Amino acid sequence: MKHLLSTADLTLADAIRILDTAGSMAATQGREIKKLPTLRGRTVVNLFFEDSTRTRISFETAAKRLSADVINFSAKGSSVSKGESLKDTALTLQAMGADAVVIRHHASGAPHTLATSGWTHGAVINAGDGMHQHPTQALLDAYTLRRHLSGPGDVTGRDLTGLRVAIVGDVLHSRVARSNVQLLHTLGADVTLVAPPTLVPVGVEAWPAKVSYHLDETIADDKPDAVMMLRVQRERMSSAGGGFFPSPLEYTRRYGLDARRLAALSDHAIVLHPGPMNRGLEISADAADSPRAVIVEQVANGVAVRMAVLYLLLAGGDAAPARPTNDEAKVNA
Amino acid sequence: MSPAVPLEESDDEVGNLVLGPPEIARALTRIAHEILERNKGGSDVVLLGIPTRGLPLARRLAERLEAVEPGLDASRLVGSLDVTMYRDDLAHHPTRTIGETDIPGGGLDGKVVVLVDDVLFSGRTIRAALDAISDLGRPRAVQLAALVDRGHRELPIRADYVGKNLPTSTTERVRVLLQESDGRDAVLIEGGTR
Amino acid sequence: MRTYLLRDVSPLGDGTTDVLLADGVIAAIGADAEAKAGDHPVIIAGSGLVLLPGLVDLHTHLREPGREDAETVRSGTRAAAMGGFTAVHAMANTSPTQDTAGVVEQVWRLGRDAGWVDVRPVGAVTVGLDGERLAELGAMAESAAAVRVFSDDGKCVHDPVLMRRALEYVKAFDGVIAQHAQEPRLTEDAQMHEGVVSAELGLPGWPAVAEEAIIARDVLLAEHVGSRLHVCHLSTAGSVEIIRWAKSRGIDVTAEVTPHHLILTDELARGYDPVFKVNPPLRTQRDVEAVRAGLADGTIDIVATDHAPHTREDKDCEWGAAAFGMTGLETALSVVQETMVDTGRLTWADVARVMSTAPAQIGRVSDHGRPIAVGEPANLVLVDPGIRRVVVPEEQATHSTNSPFRGRELAGCVIATWLRGRATVMDGSACDESVVVSS
Repeated sequence: MKHLLSTADLTLADAIRILDTAGSMAATQGREIKKLPTLRGRTVVNLFFEDSTRTRISFETAAKRLSADVINFSAKGSSVSKGESLKDTALTLQAMGADAVVIRHHASGAPHTLATSGWTHGAVINAGDGMHQHPTQALLDAYTLRRHLSGPGDVTGRDLTGLRVAIVGDVLHSRVARSNVQLLHTLGADVTLVAPPTLVPVGVEAWPAKVSYHLDETIADDKPDAVMMLRVQRERMSSAGGGFFPSPLEYTRRYGLDARRLAALSDHAIVLHPGPMNRGLEISADAADSPRAVIVEQVANGVAVRMAVLYLLLAGGDAAPARPTNDEAKVNA
Repeated sequence: MSPAVPLEESDDEVGNLVLGPPEIARALTRIAHEILERNKGGSDVVLLGIPTRGLPLARRLAERLEAVEPGLDASRLVGSLDVTMYRDDLAHHPTRTIGETDIPGGGLDGKVVVLVDDVLFSGRTIRAALDAISDLGRPRAVQLAALVDRGHRELPIRADYVGKNLPTSTTERVRVLLQESDGRDAVLIEGGTR
Repeated sequence: MRTYLLRDVSPLGDGTTDVLLADGVIAAIGADAEAKAGDHPVIIAGSGLVLLPGLVDLHTHLREPGREDAETVRSGTRAAAMGGFTAVHAMANTSPTQDTAGVVEQVWRLGRDAGWVDVRPVGAVTVGLDGERLAELGAMAESAAAVRVFSDDGKCVHDPVLMRRALEYVKAFDGVIAQHAQEPRLTEDAQMHEGVVSAELGLPGWPAVAEEAIIARDVLLAEHVGSRLHVCHLSTAGSVEIIRWAKSRGIDVTAEVTPHHLILTDELARGYDPVFKVNPPLRTQRDVEAVRAGLADGTIDIVATDHAPHTREDKDCEWGAAAFGMTGLETALSVVQETMVDTGRLTWADVARVMSTAPAQIGRVSDHGRPIAVGEPANLVLVDPGIRRVVVPEEQATHSTNSPFRGRELAGCVIATWLRGRATVMDGSACDESVVVSS
């Protein structure tokens, strides 16, 4: 694994390795001294063409906990907003010696372009591109699901076989949904997408997921083990002429997770949300603050998952060891 | 000292047997006694095995401590210390899988930590282990036990307890096989131009 | 002017004969040719080569004036000659727009001075391509450029009333409206064909219906006002169906398909390489099959390149920021050979029809797309269908390198092109510029 661009690129073994490594990372985060020397001397650049304080801070924390040097490069207030191209920005970062570029971009495929263009030799980590992918979000969701729902005991090595997950909301514009559908499928979970028909993409029939237009039916019939609520952008959703639904109120009535629907879930079912939430639109305060909401835990798990991704992409090298060591034998065993 | 005997059991284990099951058992028993003697008993001792093969060795040592000093509980003496994230040679190898770190309930503060590893070579693993320990607590003392010391140190580190000193050339490879992970106990030397 | 004796060539791929080009015309065919050749003809050993009328492109972006960094009339027409063309229609979306007699005459003059092919400027339908009021269509028709094809290509004439008026107005001078069929509201921010691949890649979709809805409306408008309509770069199976239906009703509509829509699909977007970003977008394999079938059965009248050169900075970026379009003049004939001739769906005579005769007829270009007969203007192209070559955009004559066929091996190669008896391409290379212009 050289880059992390899409969950579609991950095999089952890759995905489990990342989740297991995240588990190791999480174990270190309960300690008094949380910082590890692992990536000392490595430089991680957070290249954010789109505002996302949460994701940037999560990546920054992860990199710093592993002792990497972190450079935050935000499009706002930089030459990027003055028309500098992705290419020139990437070349600049390359000249600065970036070992990894964490990129958030409004254009789908921008991380892919960065990784394949030769503009940078570092690892490229997709921190969200347009409507395409947000792989670390899906990984932290899977990590959270595995922790809660894969049974008692040590979860290391487990997949999500048989878990039923409902992803509810604006699937059309959601990179979180796309990443999760593919990763959850790889991990063996059954996914149902729940959305108004206007917010389901044409071509969804090729996705490894069921589609439902009715949240109540899905809760009653599928008995999901987890419900993942997607953020709905209030403004663009109901603009006149091109609105995706008649009004926020109607959306909430049909697709919002409120106290009644929360009560209809199975006892063990958990509620996820990638944040930031629109309380009162896609999720009510009752649901967001209920004990079964694992939304705050998702944030903590995000750091562990991003530490794992940084570790797996940056810690190893291709160079042959100077001489055979017993360490090697130990690792290979 | 047993003479090196060529192995014939299987093709993938080409190498000379330098320690067999009885020699390994004897060495561990001796080390256990040395630990107790040096630390005036085992009450403050924590045995931290370095995965993969240091961990079963630490467990075996703990059993022996318990046998000698019945007041000790073997399971509470043993922990696992993974040093992967503290290594200084990560960039020279394919990405390593991170092992388990599991510190016994009493923690490390004020304890005598005995690091247990199968082979002591460059000393870099132990250097990493010392860093890892300092992030986990403040032991009274740290000691080192190794089943085999094959020389070629690259750092000022030495073992307090050694099962066998084994002069080797750098081109050789020392393999430790243990019942728990490999189905049998043996120390082999492979390759090289002796 | 030199005399050319083409020995053992195969006119329209049918039989072999000798052809003599002298004084700008086809001077003799058959046994006569050798006899009339005179003292020092340039003799071309034509065995295995196919002789076609010079190709006519109804849809070329030459970029001048305005984007001379991407292409100039000179570089673009040289590329056209290399591709076997003897006439091209220069699309109107230049800067300034070709929406006045002055601008179209400028482009026409630049083409004439370059001398590689005949340049027929296309006039904009609306002022500045803004889709709000008609440009001075009559003035452009009566200018030295004698414009007959009008198009807002790049943009759709989406206002139905404006489209109706345009269709009606150009009847006065036998013009035709070439519609870029793209319903604008259905394609806001659209980046690629809407379907399985766009859903996965998260790129805003350009649905087939956005093309088909406009074509359906326009054929009905054309029928209603009794005008002639040309549909640019038709790309979907549904569009083929609509054109087929319209023709069966006797509506005076013609349609074109680009070489790239005959061979490439939306699967290519998966690598997010903007060289495959084009408008209309690459569609599915099913659509590719449908446009091939439509071209084979005559529903689609012509192949036109939509040659759209772009600078490196307009393509060397993320998909969303990249410009739409791909070059095509120098690969068009090869793609048609590979997809239609080598598969047995078209003969070389059909190729002459869809790439020369019919486009010349639609554009009302006299002297081009003529039969290969004694006395006809010597606008000809000689093709070697047996050669296979790997496309290297940097080696092409076009100024831009955004060919979707980079590194791909394609069938066939243009050996020679003649414009009124003067060689513009010889032995697969462009002739010396001074020779072209002065001779």
